[in-house]
Amino acid sequence: MEKLRILAESAKYDVSCSSSGTVRSGKKGMVGSTVGGIGICHSFADDGRCISLLKVMLTNYCMYDCAYCINRRSNDIKRATLSVSEIEEITMEFYRRNYIEGLFLSSGIVRNPDYTMERLTAIARDLRNVHRFNGYIHLKSIPGASQELLNEAGRYADRMSVNIEIPKEESLKLLAPEKDHQSVFQPMRLIQQGVLENKEDRRKYRHVPRFVPAGQSTQMIVGATKETDKDILTMSSMLYGQSTMRRVYYSGYVSVNTYDPRLPLLKQPPLVRENRLYQADWLMRFYHFKVEEIVDDLHTNLDLELDPKLAWALRHPEAFPIDINTADYEQLLRVPGLGTKSAWLIVNSRRFNRLTSYDLKKMGVVMKKAKYFITCYELASTYSTPIVGINELRPERLRPLLISKAQQKRAAEEKQLKIDFEE
Amino acid sequence: MTVYVFDGTMNGLLTAVFDSFALHDYPELLASEGDVIPLFCEHLYHVATDEEKAHRVWSGLEKRLPREAMKLISVSWLSELPELNQSLFQYICKVFRQGDISRNFADSDILVVTDIAKKVLREQLRMKQFIRFQKAKDGTYLGVVSPDHNVLPLITGHFRDRFNDQPWLIYDAKRHYGYYYDGRQVIRIMFEDEAGAPFSLSDGKLDADVLSSDDQLFQNLWRTYFKSICIKERMNPRKQLNDMPRRYWKYMTEKQ
Repeated sequence: MEKLRILAESAKYDVSCSSSGTVRSGKKGMVGSTVGGIGICHSFADDGRCISLLKVMLTNYCMYDCAYCINRRSNDIKRATLSVSEIEEITMEFYRRNYIEGLFLSSGIVRNPDYTMERLTAIARDLRNVHRFNGYIHLKSIPGASQELLNEAGRYADRMSVNIEIPKEESLKLLAPEKDHQSVFQPMRLIQQGVLENKEDRRKYRHVPRFVPAGQSTQMIVGATKETDKDILTMSSMLYGQSTMRRVYYSGYVSVNTYDPRLPLLKQPPLVRENRLYQADWLMRFYHFKVEEIVDDLHTNLDLELDPKLAWALRHPEAFPIDINTADYEQLLRVPGLGTKSAWLIVNSRRFNRLTSYDLKKMGVVMKKAKYFITCYELASTYSTPIVGINELRPERLRPLLISKAQQKRAAEEKQLKIDFEE
Repeated sequence: MTVYVFDGTMNGLLTAVFDSFALHDYPELLASEGDVIPLFCEHLYHVATDEEKAHRVWSGLEKRLPREAMKLISVSWLSELPELNQSLFQYICKVFRQGDISRNFADSDILVVTDIAKKVLREQLRMKQFIRFQKAKDGTYLGVVSPDHNVLPLITGHFRDRFNDQPWLIYDAKRHYGYYYDGRQVIRIMFEDEAGAPFSLSDGKLDADVLSSDDQLFQNLWRTYFKSICIKERMNPRKQLNDMPRRYWKYMTEKQ
């Protein structure tokens, strides 16, 4: 039990949690299924993060000394190793009690990358073949592991991930002298290749087993180095260009190793910035935004007080107002405050009758921000208040109206606590 | 004002639609038996539930609405909310007059029915998330819940698919029935003597003498894991409550 505690604490800074991406219904003689769609979160920890997979490390001994990592070699923390059978038993028993969707297995690197990867693969293989486990498995691929091992692991895992951690190589070299980008991109490329070859094979032969069906994910630490949001987002946009990359996670840096002079001293993790990055990420994935629209050379960092879509809209008053009753779906998505759900509701309902702002409110469209950017079908009715749009107000006067006091305070606090470490 | 009173069943509601069209009569209110009838009621009509009529209305709906809308209607019925009756009645009447309007969300009846259906679907997802099984000595896994809406029929398929090699019982403590899977098929069960059941209805715990020997160990392991996975620097109890409201906690191992 003590071991599980130590190893869960070591693994918790990995933010990936999703159990989505594969639909695989139950099989006779096997236990488990995966649901696809948005996945199932089985619980929510006190920090509000969802618990969907049993996120644990095989061991937290590690031969590397990465400054940002809690498990670095030079840290004086309790070390433990779970045996292969222990992990398998805990996974199965938790799964059967509906505690989890599956296993997220990671490991510190012991002896050499191949040795570690071999042990991770063995667990996945046993779970599938011996325990007949048909649920979700997420394996971390160890940088520097051989291609044969990755190929084998990919046959058992639903998703594999390699963490980039730091988007710029020179910063990575500074904090993690044993790692370089080559060691991260190499396995990524191998997995990508595996998936594509597998697709080709499955077209020819029906019974080829699937290879990493839920694709890859990766993670970047935010606020540990001096990268701008532009660097981070450009990197993610490039990664999403690969067909198998499903998610890039951003992890606000939690000061775990406070003694290291190479790292900034943060009183609290940069949560607002992390949130803004996720918002930008969503814009790229679901709202047809390009990375250069969100950040450019003038705006290298995201505005902490405004969400990125609103910031974009304020920079581009010429794109508004948008007419709710005629604009196409892509244009609706550009309106601050309208999400994919609202846009879908609007596109469907306006086929029946023209929509007024009263209809929009009734449907649950949040008008707080949207009302400055749209026009709809208004007669002089009791419900319609004259709409003053962005072009009448001008962006610079609209901006203060849209920032709440609380938001301002949170953003200011986060900035204040940051101690500059450049020079 | 015309008021129809029906017996509170789905068939009753569909019969009411049938009668309303047969009588060329459009009621302002559809009340279920036992509801308070408003004061200014000139015409009161009691709907006699008729399966034949109900069936005709239902198959008429199937011809006019896409399958997804039909599913939402059935799902919304499981909500057991009294405010659904009136809206659903008018929704169905409108379909027979105007055709497929299932995606006109500016219409308040359609909006109410769709929103209620979404509530039910959210509740069934939460059941899939938050049901916690305990293992009994004979190898049966027991989970007790008390959902806001009657969602057990929606989730048995999921659990049957997922845990097809283990017998399980999911019991609704609020509605006093459950589903038992014996390894081959799912059966609806009720206890004749609920107090004599080997588990407690208030916190869902199995009695100690039927709990399998290693179950306590795994429950404790899970609680330990739950505590240690949290990052203390990022405490966010509000989000936790948002995603996992307190009403589910009483049956959840990690929160007991």
